[in-house]
Amino acid sequence: MEAFISLFSQYDVPAAFLVNIELTLWSALFSMILGVILVMMRISPVASLRTVSCAYVELFKNMPLTIIMVFMVLGAYAQLKLSFSDTFATNFFWLAVTGLSLYTAAFVCESLRSGINTVPIGQAEAARALGLNFMQSATQIILPQAFRGSVAPLGNTLIALLKNSTVAAAASVATETSSLMSEMIEYRSDVIVPIFLIFAFGYVILIIPIGMLTTYLSNKLAVRR
Amino acid sequence: MKKPLSIAVKRMLRRGMAALCAFACVFAVSACGADDADGRIRIGIKFDQPGLGFKKNGTYVGFDVDVAKYIARKLGYSEDQIVWKEAPSKQREAMLQNGDVDFIVATYSITDERKRVVSFAGPYFVAGQDLLVRKDEKGIDGPEDLNGKRLCSVTGSTSAVTVKEKFANEVQLMEQPGYAECATALFSGIVDAVTTDDIILAGLASASRGRLRVVGKPFTQEYYGVGIKKGNTKLARNINNAISEMIKDGSWKRAIADNTKGVDYTPDAKYNPPKPKEGEK
Amino acid sequence: MASNESAVLFDQPGPKGRKTIRIVNWIAGIIFAVVLVLILMRLHNPPDGENQLSWELWKPALDAEAWTDFYLPGLWATIRASVLAVIGAVVFGLLFGIGRLLPNVIIRAVSGAIVEFARAVPVLLLMIFFWRWFAFAGLPSPAYWAVVLALVIYNGSVVAELVRSGVGNLPNGQREASLALGLTRTQSLIQIEVPQAIYAMLPAAVTQLVVVLKDTALGSIIMYTDLLQESRRLGSMYFNILQTLVVAAVVYFIVCWLLSRLAEWLPSRMQQHTAAPAEPEPVAPIAIMDPSNVNQIAVAKEGVPLGGAQRLYHVHHRGTNASIHRWRETRYVQGYDETHPESQIEFDKNGKPIKDNPLEDLMKEAKKKEAEHHQGKGQSKTDRES
Repeated sequence: MEAFISLFSQYDVPAAFLVNIELTLWSALFSMILGVILVMMRISPVASLRTVSCAYVELFKNMPLTIIMVFMVLGAYAQLKLSFSDTFATNFFWLAVTGLSLYTAAFVCESLRSGINTVPIGQAEAARALGLNFMQSATQIILPQAFRGSVAPLGNTLIALLKNSTVAAAASVATETSSLMSEMIEYRSDVIVPIFLIFAFGYVILIIPIGMLTTYLSNKLAVRR
Repeated sequence: MKKPLSIAVKRMLRRGMAALCAFACVFAVSACGADDADGRIRIGIKFDQPGLGFKKNGTYVGFDVDVAKYIARKLGYSEDQIVWKEAPSKQREAMLQNGDVDFIVATYSITDERKRVVSFAGPYFVAGQDLLVRKDEKGIDGPEDLNGKRLCSVTGSTSAVTVKEKFANEVQLMEQPGYAECATALFSGIVDAVTTDDIILAGLASASRGRLRVVGKPFTQEYYGVGIKKGNTKLARNINNAISEMIKDGSWKRAIADNTKGVDYTPDAKYNPPKPKEGEK
Repeated sequence: MASNESAVLFDQPGPKGRKTIRIVNWIAGIIFAVVLVLILMRLHNPPDGENQLSWELWKPALDAEAWTDFYLPGLWATIRASVLAVIGAVVFGLLFGIGRLLPNVIIRAVSGAIVEFARAVPVLLLMIFFWRWFAFAGLPSPAYWAVVLALVIYNGSVVAELVRSGVGNLPNGQREASLALGLTRTQSLIQIEVPQAIYAMLPAAVTQLVVVLKDTALGSIIMYTDLLQESRRLGSMYFNILQTLVVAAVVYFIVCWLLSRLAEWLPSRMQQHTAAPAEPEPVAPIAIMDPSNVNQIAVAKEGVPLGGAQRLYHVHHRGTNASIHRWRETRYVQGYDETHPESQIEFDKNGKPIKDNPLEDLMKEAKKKEAEHHQGKGQSKTDRES
């Protein structure tokens, strides 16, 4: 038992979770921005924008995240020289954020699109009748309601993002939870189940509040019609 | 207080389970390719290490493969009686303990820790940790020169940590799942060196169309042994005899030369060829 | 795939508007093309390193040997793991999904805890854990079983939620009728409700198959020799790992894309067997996580109010009413909306009803009428079924 406790003084588990949380928050921010841009492109009257947005979503929805992460390092960094910092740890962190954001943006776009589906057509028609143009009606009438309608899928996407942040291991981020867990298992293979349970419950504790908040918000923010 | 399920449901569940079992069996069999030991020998090697053990066109090539073939021949098995099995680094001990393989030749260093659960024969080769750099690299002649440089190694390996702790504190480490990724990173210039055992690096350099070279100053010693089930001294003795013979009749040297073609590589002469006498008592 | 949401956001543009749109269209197209060309040029001539577009690197990634020795065995390993994982996930999901609906409190609580736990743990952690555990326990091919089991547990929890929301979406009449016939609640659940819920959830289960297939790529992190791992291996022979990864990515994309199309086609087939909406809700199938909708789960939790009396109002008042099939019709029937749903069908400029309309049935009827009306005008109308 003492040896087990000393394991935790040796390995900093909360710090690893912090890395995953940071990955999640940054990726959530960037994927949200990119997702909004994508959905605007998707509903715009310009055909080429629609096509590109549609292709983007299809591509990233049907591509394993692991491959995207490997590409971030071996393609974007090694070949395209997309570099964020000279320090490796920082650089790989941001490459992982980029990969996660690109991937998640496709799902944010889909969530928002489903949110737009919950906005009655009358709203758009009324906006047009008032003489608002595309940008005005999109940003002032449709998207605000769409956001409220898509709280539930967006919350699910956030939960998935937090869980997916473990895949950053494939982009050489060596400080996050899945890497730390393998390291600890390697070092103490006799207490493999407790080690796993500690990490697993860490995620349960992080995710349950998000889920509850999502349910609460989706009921509270929903536009009652 | 569970109410009894109706018969129809039970039948449905039973059918489902039967189908599931059938499926599981089919998949299990195709997953591990169960074999019977009817005069065959099962050898564990690496499938993904160019120059040592690599699966290519349905056959296996590399130095470890050559050693394994030689030993098998001396033990009385022809080449088509060999069943090759993949032995990834983390599963080697378990494979030996379960008897999935008869022996393992897979860059398997002899360490005291491992000797607690398995036995070794050999060593058949003494590798040393070295550095792989680009052909035109000037500034790196040894691990001391790595300060401020970037070094790649494989996830979970201790070799990069050794360099950082003993030789160059300011080296930046990158971890990749395999050496091929490291070599690709080295090609494109995002790292300056790759570190691991010299024979593995020589294999990589040999596949690199002459663009990479091994520095050639090994700074540790790794005794590669043949992993066998714990306490099987008879097999250890036979394998050691086979290795001695292989060294004596020149096939050992030939095997190294064949598998590091195109690279200026000679094993650390101070320790090679080794005297195999591990595991006999 | 011009969807209705784009049609209502802006007026039919006039000549000036059309011109602006055309110009923006070209500018945007050119910008995207230029970005693509810049990336390719960067790959062609990287600052240091070799030309990544040279045939010397692509040939070994594409020739017959690469396919027979690496990609196809890898793809088979991927498919083998995914199929077994999906079967396992359905069994797991049925067990615990039904468990969460049974009257027994203990079974319900235990199933609930298991499902919630399985949903929250990242698949990669599960995989690493099972892999190391199986390896220490000495099981044969630990990586394969670790991949399968991890995927069964996570996707099983998703299927469990699908079962629950599928039962929740059934009309109350189904249960009431079976209770009236003298079945117990458990019998009604297992014999009447769940079988229908299974049909209703099949399309979502196919969507889940895409998730499973994508997640098997995580297996390459634990050395399972799936498509990704095999392509890395091939790449380590000629140092063309970037090229082999591209080939693997294309294969993954094609397989997943075909499965997604299957998932879109399936609902129309399944609708014949169930009283629940088999068509996926307008809520996006969030493939990475959870196709179920919290609102539907909330409905499933509601149970029967007032001793089995018909609810006056339904989920539709929880806000995301559009996520419920035929909500317009319901609102009309319940007197919340005076407009008859048929008048709300959207038509495109050729006078054809637009797809994606929540009123699928009415739309079909209208379509039929329209087809009768236009009979003999050519076959092009039927092409809209895509």
